[in-house]
Amino acid sequence: MKRVAAYRAPHPGTQPSHLHLPYVSSVKRAPTKPQVPIPYTLSEVTGPSFGPEIIAPEASDLTKQHSGEPLGERIIVSGRVLDENSRPLANTLVEIWQANAAGRYLHEVDQHEAPLDPNFSGCGHTVTDEEGRYRFVTIRPGEYPWRNHYNAWRPAHIHFSLFGPAFATRLVTQMYFPGDPLLPFDPIFNCTADEKARNRLISSFDWETTMPEHALGYRFDLILRGREATPMEE
Amino acid sequence: MSLQATTSQTVGPFFKIGLQWLNRENLVEEGVSGERVTIQGRVVDGDGVPLPDALLEIWQANAYGKYDHPEDTQDKPLEPGFKGYGRMPTTANGLFRFATIKPGLVPGPEGKEQAPHLLVSVFMRGVLRRLVTRMYFPDEPRNDADFILNLVEPARRSTLIARKAAGDPGTLEWNVVLQGPEETVFFDLGL
Repeated sequence: MKRVAAYRAPHPGTQPSHLHLPYVSSVKRAPTKPQVPIPYTLSEVTGPSFGPEIIAPEASDLTKQHSGEPLGERIIVSGRVLDENSRPLANTLVEIWQANAAGRYLHEVDQHEAPLDPNFSGCGHTVTDEEGRYRFVTIRPGEYPWRNHYNAWRPAHIHFSLFGPAFATRLVTQMYFPGDPLLPFDPIFNCTADEKARNRLISSFDWETTMPEHALGYRFDLILRGREATPMEE
Repeated sequence: MSLQATTSQTVGPFFKIGLQWLNRENLVEEGVSGERVTIQGRVVDGDGVPLPDALLEIWQANAYGKYDHPEDTQDKPLEPGFKGYGRMPTTANGLFRFATIKPGLVPGPEGKEQAPHLLVSVFMRGVLRRLVTRMYFPDEPRNDADFILNLVEPARRSTLIARKAAGDPGTLEWNVVLQGPEETVFFDLGL
C-alpha cells in the first residue's frame, strides 16, 4: 500500500480562526474545543470531480441568462487556479454567486431595500481549462448593508467555491475589487491576520482581458493547497 | 515556486443561489450495491438553536471501499451509479438528510483498514473556514480500532457516531453541534 502524501499546512496567519469577534455571527457558531489534527488518509486526498459536461453554455456568462441585459456595469472576471506548488489545476469546478448592481441578492432572506433585476440571477459556474484558466462575464456587484454593527456595509464582492483535486483542497472564498473604500471596515475581509494574504483576495484591474467598447476586466487567481511531497512506497 | 493557499471566507447567508444547482440528497442510483441508509440530523449553534442556513457536503467510498477518484488505485470495482458526493443545505428547521449506502472499508494509517465513515464539510454564515468532521456508523465493531476515532478523546467519540432512529433501522440520526457539552468533534486539515 502506498503512503499518502499530506497537503501542506497553511502558512501561519493566512487562514482565519473560527472565532473572529468583530464578525458577530461567528460567536455562537465557532467551535470552542480544539480541532483534532489527523493524518491524511485516502479519504481526504480523494474527492468529487465534475466534468465540463455538466456545465450549461450560459452558466459562465451571467449577463446572458435571461431575455434582456442586466442593469449595471458589465465586467469580465477571469484568472487561473493553481496549487501551492504553482501547478495549474485543470478541470476544476468554479462556482460563483453575487448581488446585483444594486446590492441585492436573488434570495428570499435578503431584505435589503434595493431592486431585484429580472435579467440577473447572480450565479454561475464553469470548469477550468488545461491551463487552470476560468472566465466569467458578469455585472459589477453593488455594496449592501448588513446588521453586524452600526452602519455596516459589505464591500462589493463575488463569492467563489472551488473543489480542486481532493476533499482536502475544497475552498470557499470571496473576491473583492481594488480601491473599495469599505474594505478597511469589513470584518469578513479582515478576518485574517496576514495583511498580504488578505490583500490577495482583492482582484486587479486587467487591461489584457478588458474588451474594448464592452467590459472592464478583473483578474483573480486562486491558489488551492498543494502536496508536501510525492507518495512513497512504504 | 511556492505559493500560499487563498484565504478562506464565509459562504455567507445567500449561498443557495450559487450552489443549489449541484445539490444532491440521494447519492445512489438504481442497481448500486450496498446497504441503503438515510442519514438525517440537525445543525445547532451554541444556544441549541437549529440553524436554517448551513450547507453540508459529504464524500464517501462505495460499498466495496473504493473512491471514485484517480488516486484510489485499489483493485476494487467502481459503480457508475455511485459517485460518493452529496450536498444539501439545512431546511428552515435546521434539518438535513442524505440517502446513501454504508461505505466499505478503505485503507488507513499503519496499513490498517478504517471503519466505514463519511467525510463531512460544514459551511455557513458565521463560519469563516469550513468545518471538517466524519460520521461513523452505529453497531460497527471496527469503530473501536479505527485509527482516526482513536485520536479523539473517548468522551467525545460519540459525537462522530450516528445513532439508529427508533423504529426505523434504515435511518441514522447524526447531529452537527457547533458548541456546548455535545460539541461535535471537528478535525484539523488546515482548511
